[in-house]
Amino acid sequence: MDVVNALAQGLLLGGLYALFACGLSVVFGVMRIVNLAHGDLAIVAAFCAFVTLSATSLPLWLVAVVTVPVFSVVGYLTQRLLLQRSLQSGPLATLLVTFGLSVVIQNLLLELFSADTRTLDAGSFATSALEVGDVSLSYVGITGLVLAVGSIVAIQLFLSRTSSGRIMRATSDDPQTAALVGADARRVYGIASAIAFATVAMAGIVMAIRSSFDPSLGPAQLLFAFEAVVIGGLGSLWGTLLGGLALGVVQSLVAVADPSSSVLAGHLLFLLVLAFRPQGLVPARAS
Amino acid sequence: MADALLRLEGLSKKFGQVVVADGLDLEVGPHEALGIVGPNGAGKSSLFAMTGGDLAPDAGRVVLDGRDVTRTSVHQRTRAGLGRTYQVPRPFGGMTTFATTLLAATEGAGARGDEALSLAHDALKRCGLAHLANTRGDALSLLQRKRLEVARALASRPRVLLLDEVAGGLTEPEVAELVELVRAVHADGVAVVWIEHVVHALLATVDRLACLAGGRLVADGDPEQVLRDPVVREIYLGQDPSEEGAA
Repeated sequence: MDVVNALAQGLLLGGLYALFACGLSVVFGVMRIVNLAHGDLAIVAAFCAFVTLSATSLPLWLVAVVTVPVFSVVGYLTQRLLLQRSLQSGPLATLLVTFGLSVVIQNLLLELFSADTRTLDAGSFATSALEVGDVSLSYVGITGLVLAVGSIVAIQLFLSRTSSGRIMRATSDDPQTAALVGADARRVYGIASAIAFATVAMAGIVMAIRSSFDPSLGPAQLLFAFEAVVIGGLGSLWGTLLGGLALGVVQSLVAVADPSSSVLAGHLLFLLVLAFRPQGLVPARAS
Repeated sequence: MADALLRLEGLSKKFGQVVVADGLDLEVGPHEALGIVGPNGAGKSSLFAMTGGDLAPDAGRVVLDGRDVTRTSVHQRTRAGLGRTYQVPRPFGGMTTFATTLLAATEGAGARGDEALSLAHDALKRCGLAHLANTRGDALSLLQRKRLEVARALASRPRVLLLDEVAGGLTEPEVAELVELVRAVHADGVAVVWIEHVVHALLATVDRLACLAGGRLVADGDPEQVLRDPVVREIYLGQDPSEEGAA
């Protein structure tokens, strides 16, 4: 029964990893940028929700519903004003810019909020769970998994069914040819960033309800997200979902035997995939 | 020519010591078909790259339909009516040919709904790709990829079509088909500028020929006269350029 429970908890944890990772996957797939500030953005979203919640009497769900679209607008602007400039100078420049952004965000958060650990107070929602037999599924965990699957389905539908999505696929395929058919790459990149920021904001808020957070947590979140993307296969969103779930399940199953080896086991899975199946579980072309 | 559709004014570009354009002036009228020949390294592809917006000139202007587009990006020039093919075809590997031309119809030509669908379909049909509408770019043969280059450009409803060596690597019957296609496009009122080594294909299509060498125009005018020009003949090392066959 321990194993079944661990499996279920792993899937919930993996859902949160996938939610973290899908924005990273979109930005990499469309712009070939590895956004090193991705994890820190989640922490920013958590602090934004935390401040709004403390300053107003709004319920948490409303704060979340407001934070996510605000973040997507910030994402669009960040792309147009900051990342677009660095894109023109090659892949190394984008790495340096996002790394710099990560350092600046962490230190700003530290300056504004100190290194104290916080939690988002979600009342009974944070502690109650759905009991299925002997397995207890927390509502927060379920929310993370549902948001992850929902976001990925929505992004896939956007890519395959809408004209903006077709332009995005074309630009990801070959930006020069896309320009030749009249597609404006900057707008496409802005939309991709908006999607990434929206999903990472959701991930940050869910994480902040689930566990405590502080300004230094971003890089660890980035690492899990990055591992989920690579395990699943670069450029494939379904792969990212699968990669996140695999990471969560492995961490959770190993924790049954030895809790202190749980995170290490996830990293080992990542290394094994890199060594024996570098294209990932779901190669991009097949999806 | 005050009513030139495409005008290049004093275009200059250097890569270190290599001059690819040296004060180039060129005008293309609204219903003209202009062929451009020249030895390798003459600056032909750079000329198209600067016209299309991939390459910024060191000096000079690109004027499309009376509007200075020198500082505009590639997609803006496509929307302004400039169609272009790449010398080495670059299809969208993961998209069908129809999705590709549909994108050109909606983004490049600004067509919507049924108009965009029929524009995308017509472009494929004219280029003999209608039966491959659901085939992905990465599954096409070289000839099909070259046709898709043209179809993609046509679907963006260009007023000027820049063709970069589309006949290279094709067999004689394939070149003949291509000539028919370009003639038909030109007959519809689209201005054509065609860079090509397969000179007989140009002679069957264009009403004006220019020869480029060292980043300068060394001859420009009636195709037969340009080919008889002693300077042009010397550039081709004493060969008769019209005897160059399909590579």
